[in-house]
Amino acid sequence: MIYREAGEFKSTYQADQAIFPIRQDRWFILAILAIAFIAVPLLGSDYWLGTIMLPFLILALAALGLNVLTGYAGLLSLGTGGFMATGAFAAYKLATMFPGLHILAVLIMSGLITAGVGILFGIPSLRIKGFYLAVATLASQFFLIWMFNKFGWFTNYSSSGVISAPPMTVFGDVFVTGPQASATAKYLFVLSMVVIIALMIKNLVRSNMGREWMAIRDMDIAAEIIGIKMLSTKLKAFAVSSFLCGIAGALWAFIYTGSVEPAAFDINRSFQILFMVIIGGLGSILGSFLGAAFITLLPIFLSNAPHWFGMNIPVDMISHIESMVFGALIIFFLIVEPHGLARLWQIAKEKLRLWPFPY
Amino acid sequence: MQRIERTVLYTIGGSAILMVLVPWLLGKVAPDQVFFEWPYFFEVAIGGLLSGVMYSLVALGFVLIFKASGVFNFAQGAMVLFAALTLVGLIDLGVPAWAAILLTLGVMVLLAIAIERVVLSHLVNQEHIILFMATIGIAYFLDGFGQTLWGSDVRRLDLGLPNQPLKFFDGALMVNEFDLIAALIAGVLVVSLALFFQYTRIGRALRAVADDHQAAMSVGIPLKHIWVIVWSVAGLVALVAGIMWGSKLGVQFSLSLIALKALPVLIIGGFTSIPGAIIGGLIIGAGENVAEVFIGPLLGGGITDWFAYMLALVFLVFRPQGLFGEKIIERV
Repeated sequence: MIYREAGEFKSTYQADQAIFPIRQDRWFILAILAIAFIAVPLLGSDYWLGTIMLPFLILALAALGLNVLTGYAGLLSLGTGGFMATGAFAAYKLATMFPGLHILAVLIMSGLITAGVGILFGIPSLRIKGFYLAVATLASQFFLIWMFNKFGWFTNYSSSGVISAPPMTVFGDVFVTGPQASATAKYLFVLSMVVIIALMIKNLVRSNMGREWMAIRDMDIAAEIIGIKMLSTKLKAFAVSSFLCGIAGALWAFIYTGSVEPAAFDINRSFQILFMVIIGGLGSILGSFLGAAFITLLPIFLSNAPHWFGMNIPVDMISHIESMVFGALIIFFLIVEPHGLARLWQIAKEKLRLWPFPY
Repeated sequence: MQRIERTVLYTIGGSAILMVLVPWLLGKVAPDQVFFEWPYFFEVAIGGLLSGVMYSLVALGFVLIFKASGVFNFAQGAMVLFAALTLVGLIDLGVPAWAAILLTLGVMVLLAIAIERVVLSHLVNQEHIILFMATIGIAYFLDGFGQTLWGSDVRRLDLGLPNQPLKFFDGALMVNEFDLIAALIAGVLVVSLALFFQYTRIGRALRAVADDHQAAMSVGIPLKHIWVIVWSVAGLVALVAGIMWGSKLGVQFSLSLIALKALPVLIIGGFTSIPGAIIGGLIIGAGENVAEVFIGPLLGGGITDWFAYMLALVFLVFRPQGLFGEKIIERV
C-alpha cells in the first residue's frame, strides 16, 4: 500500500534510469542519510561515534572494495588486508613527505598508489581462476605486510614499526586526525567520504564497466567471445577495488586508530572483510554495509552479552566462546540465506509491495 | 599425458637446478653476505624437504575433501588443532596413548557426521564460494570449541617417537630421525590413499561426487555417506598431521595456522592430486628453506612468510592448474 511503483510515470529517459526509480526508495535513502548526518552525531556519544560507527563505516568501505572485485567481477581475493596496509602506509609517507598536503589529496593519492599495487598483483588473475586465484592473492597479503614490517623507510625508521598520523585539518581548524580531532568531526568526515564513494560505485556498476565485470563474473569465456577485453576489464576491477581498499586503510590508520602497525592488516582482516561481503551479499552495494554492520557489531555484542545476563566467565574463555558463536552464526546465515542480508532486504521489499493484500 | 609428464619433469628439474644454482652463484658473488658450502647446502635442502613433507600432511586433507566434494575446506587446519588437542587432552586424563588415538579417531568421525548433518547437507549445490565460507565458519567454531574444551595452554605431546639427529658422511650431514619417520608416514599415507581412490568402489564413488553432485546422486551414489566417509578420512589425516606437528611444536593454537602454509603446496601440486600434495610439499619445503638461508640475508630475512606464495604464483603462471591438477576445460 505504501511501497509500490504503481502510479509513478516516467516521462524522460533520465527519470527512467535514475538510481532509485521508485519514489519511496528515494525518501527512504534520504531519511537514512538525514539520520546518519544529523541525528547520529547529535544523539550518539563519543564512544558510539568513535569506536562503533567509525570502524563500521571504514570497514564498509573496504567491503565495498572487495565486493567490486569478488561480487561484481567474480575474482575471489584474500589480499584485502595487504591493500589496506598499502593505503595506510602510502598515506603516511605522503603526509610526512609533503606536510602541506590536504588530507583529501593524501587519501586520494594513497588510493591511487594502492590501485597501482592492486593492478600489479592482479596480473596473474588473467591466467588463474577461482580458488587458485584466492591463494595467489594471499601472496600479495603476506608479501606486502612483510615489506612494511621489514623496510624502515615505510615507517620513517620508527623503532616500533608503528606509524602515527600527523594532525590534519579538513578546512579552517577542524581537525580530523591527531589528538585535537573530535569524534563528531571524524565521524562526519568519514561518513561523507563513504557516502560519496558509495554513490560513485553504485553508478559505476550500472555503467559499461560494471556490466563488463558482471559479464566476466557470470561466464568469462562467453564474455570474451562477445568482445569484452579480459585483461583490461579484470585489471580495472583490481584497480577500483584496491583504490577503495587503499582509502579504507588510510582512513583506518589516520582517522580511526590514529597510529597503526602492519599487524593490524593481517590475514584475519582480509577474512573479516570477506565475511562482510558474503554475509552482506555478493554483488550488492547495500550488502556491503549490512555485512559490515553485522560483522562489526556481532563481536561487541558477543563480548558484552554474558555481563547482561549476569554470568561471570573468564576472559580467555569468553574469547573462545565468541569464536565458536561467530563461526556457528556464519554457518547459520549461509544455510538460511546463502545470498546474504541484501537478499533478505530484497525479499522484504517484494513482500512490502503487495502488503497488505497479498494474493 | 606424455606432454604433462614432460612439463612436470621440466618444472621440477628446472626448479631444482634454480634452487642449486642461485644460492651457489650468490655465494660466489657476495661471499661476505651469503655463506655457501656444498654439504651445508644439502643439509639445508634436505631439512627443507623433510619439513615440506610435514606441509604435505596438511595439504593432503585439503586435497581429499576437494577431490571428493569440490569443497575447498579451510577448516583443515582447525581440524588438525582439534585432533591434536583432543589427543593430548585424553592422554592427560590418563588414557593410554593407543586408546587415545583410537578415541580421537572416533571423535573425528563424529565430527565428520556432525559437519555433514549440520552444514553440508543444507548447502548441497550451492556455489563454491558459499561452501568455502561455510568451512571458514567451521574453522572458527572448531578453534573456539577445542580451546573451550581443553584450554589454550601450550601442551607437550610425547608419543615416544625417536628424536635423535642422525649423522651421515662423518657428521657432514645431519638429519633428524623424527623428520625421517614423518616422511615415511606421509609416504605410506599418500600411497594408500592414492590406491584407495583409484581402485576401490568407494574411491570411484568419491571421484564421481567430485565431478558433479547431482549427476552422482542421480546414478544412485549416496551423497551423505560419501561425504561422511571423506570427511572422516580427512579427519584421520588431520589426526596424523596433528600428532606429527604437535610432537614437533607442542600442541597450541598456532597449529591451526599451518593450514595457511599448506595452501601454496596445494597450488603447486594441484587441488585434485594426492601425489601432487607430496611433490608440492617437497618443492615448497626445500625452496623455502634454501631461500631463507641463502637469499634471505640479502633481503633482510624473514622471507619464509611469503616466499612459498610467490613460488606458487610463479608456478601458476606457467601451469594454472598446478603440476598434477586436472586440466581445466571450459565450455560456454
